[in-house]
Amino acid sequence: MAKVKVEVPELTGEITIPGLKEDAAAAVKSHNAPAKDMTDLGFPTELVPDWKEKAVAKFAELLKKYRSLKVYMDICVKCGACTDKCHFYLSTKDPRNMPVARAELLRKVYRRYFTTAGKVLGKLAEAEDLTKEVLEEWYTYFYQCTECRRCSLFCPYGIDTAEITMAAREMMDTVGLGAKYPLQTINKAITIGNNLGMPGPAIRSTLDFMEEDVKEQTGVPVKFPMDVKGADVLLITPSADFFATPHVESLAGYAKVFHQAGISWTLSSYASEAGNFGMFNGNYEHMQKIASRIKVAINELKPKRLVHGECGHAWRVAYSFWNTLIGPFDSLDPKYPAPQHICEFTYDLINRGALKLDKTANDDFVVTFHDSCNVARASRMGNSPGGQFEIPRAIIRATCNKFVDMHPDTIREKTFCCGAGGGLLADEIIDLRIKGVMPRMQAYKAVKDSHGANFFALICAICKAQFTKVFPYYGYEMEEVGGVHQLVSRAIVLGGKEGI
Amino acid sequence: MQFLTIIFSLMAYGAAAVFVFGILCKIMVYAKTPSPLKIPTTPAPTTSFGAAVRVLSEVLLFRSLYRSNKWTWLGGVVFHWAFLFVVLRHLRYFLYPLPAWDMKLQYIGIVAGIVLPIAVLYLLMRRTTVDRTVFISSLADYFALTLIFFIAGTGLMMKFYERPFMVDIKGFVYGLATFNFSAVPTDPVFLVHFTLVMILLAYFPYSKLVHAPGIFFSPTRNQADNPRERRHVNPWSPNLT
Repeated sequence: MAKVKVEVPELTGEITIPGLKEDAAAAVKSHNAPAKDMTDLGFPTELVPDWKEKAVAKFAELLKKYRSLKVYMDICVKCGACTDKCHFYLSTKDPRNMPVARAELLRKVYRRYFTTAGKVLGKLAEAEDLTKEVLEEWYTYFYQCTECRRCSLFCPYGIDTAEITMAAREMMDTVGLGAKYPLQTINKAITIGNNLGMPGPAIRSTLDFMEEDVKEQTGVPVKFPMDVKGADVLLITPSADFFATPHVESLAGYAKVFHQAGISWTLSSYASEAGNFGMFNGNYEHMQKIASRIKVAINELKPKRLVHGECGHAWRVAYSFWNTLIGPFDSLDPKYPAPQHICEFTYDLINRGALKLDKTANDDFVVTFHDSCNVARASRMGNSPGGQFEIPRAIIRATCNKFVDMHPDTIREKTFCCGAGGGLLADEIIDLRIKGVMPRMQAYKAVKDSHGANFFALICAICKAQFTKVFPYYGYEMEEVGGVHQLVSRAIVLGGKEGI
Repeated sequence: MQFLTIIFSLMAYGAAAVFVFGILCKIMVYAKTPSPLKIPTTPAPTTSFGAAVRVLSEVLLFRSLYRSNKWTWLGGVVFHWAFLFVVLRHLRYFLYPLPAWDMKLQYIGIVAGIVLPIAVLYLLMRRTTVDRTVFISSLADYFALTLIFFIAGTGLMMKFYERPFMVDIKGFVYGLATFNFSAVPTDPVFLVHFTLVMILLAYFPYSKLVHAPGIFFSPTRNQADNPRERRHVNPWSPNLT
């Protein structure tokens, strides 16, 4: 890969609101999807001749299918509440990365084709024809949104830019303008079963390697089972957990927790992916197809419980959407909500005293926790709102002695995105990714300076991949990034007390 | 004189019809468009009652705006509450005899009437001085604020500067409301005030002002966070094979 020119923002430990720099990010573009992936997914391979009619027809269809889109096209009053909330605006200074201006790219076309005022008055009513230039703008700026929903939190009407971005991407896909990274990922998940395109035997051999590895380190034969029928737990986890660093460390953590709790578990080679990029591109059928592999795995392996590994957007799909997409889960044990997050599972065991944890194993670390956006603002853990913040922190506190939170305006539901979610974890936009992470890095620097923080814990596969990639650009070690269950893996005392 | 009455009466009914029809249409479209998935911005209440409280906290207190920007919040809250009390005070033109509670509204209504244009100016000032809001603001944003400013201004002129004969105004408005027509007052300030209000009414459903009914339909705010407890069904979902 050719070396891409990057510009790394300066770290001061503070987040400031910049002045506008028009078109600053206008040249940032994701690569187009190869013809094969477009065809496989049912999209035209290049811009179709009647693209304008097709796009407007798709727009009409989506407006009828999604109340969110319809209402959010109408009700923005341009109060400006969202203008300083997006990590991409704060870092690129491009005004079209202000959520309201991003949405306006779609709204001006909505007014032109779907409102009387727009049809009659045109520009005077801020309506604009869908032209090639507008389409280009869409492609540029709707692939500079990570669908993190931070703007939605602060909007007085809850206008959710993620819904708008998803709709725009779906329209573009329909007329033959697709982005490589998200569409390739969707295609692999649908056809092979995971985002990385790993076949079952390849996963098995990494699991064998991990069994040996854990045995060597601990002397305990911790198993990493796959395709076992009738196990208590079916674990659905992001495929990055099978081979990427630091993801594998968390997988070792899950396995040790299951081992120590004496609960039988299994992975599935058929449903070997928790992630669901179908959501990012707003295509309901793709999302449902990817999710349906899990239903197939449940029917085949007949587990009692469904547990979900560390992954942000996947947890949103699992927690909020699975019941709609592939539910109900009648064959599972009614005592456990399906699916459960691995953090809920481990937290429950800790509370019941079923795990012995040696905090001193993590004494080298001053840990801070990064709330991943889809977990924070689009899902829940536990029985009460906000459990998604408390439970991972409780696990961290149970596994290490030194924990510090980052600035309150950058954590919990106000958390800043890693800058690569929503299908933006692509190499060609590394410069944008380095910029997008800037607000988060400022907050991390602040706790580094004040408390000596040196371990950045999180529960999202995309965040892990992004932070390990961008930390070195900011002069930090990629080893500082790790999963919550990596801490569990280090602290858990194996053997001794078996079963619960 | 009679000609003028006919013109203004027709205008009033026309504007009221456009307003009611337009708002009902919007509400019907919003209500019948499905929400295929659960998308509340979390942490969210886990019950429908909790979600209703959340929506009301947005409608009455502008909770999310408060979290976003205190100065915008201040301007927004003062503006909307002032607007509400001004409208409530105007109920006296539609009610006969005047109920006691309406009498009590008169003082606060007048205070609100003075506050309203100040709040509008404040919002206009903010819109034109912050570079980010300058970038996103358009003709429609300035139009709505300017219109309301002039409505408030002409209203205050009638209260404090040259007072037209109130009984005539009430006769006219009450007549319209009860189909018991009387002549339109010829005071020019009143006619301007009245015309601007009619423009606002007719403009309302076809502009960003539909945020008023729209907010009740915002899925990120009105949905309960209970996908585990209750299976949410997408009415247009393709069947799984």
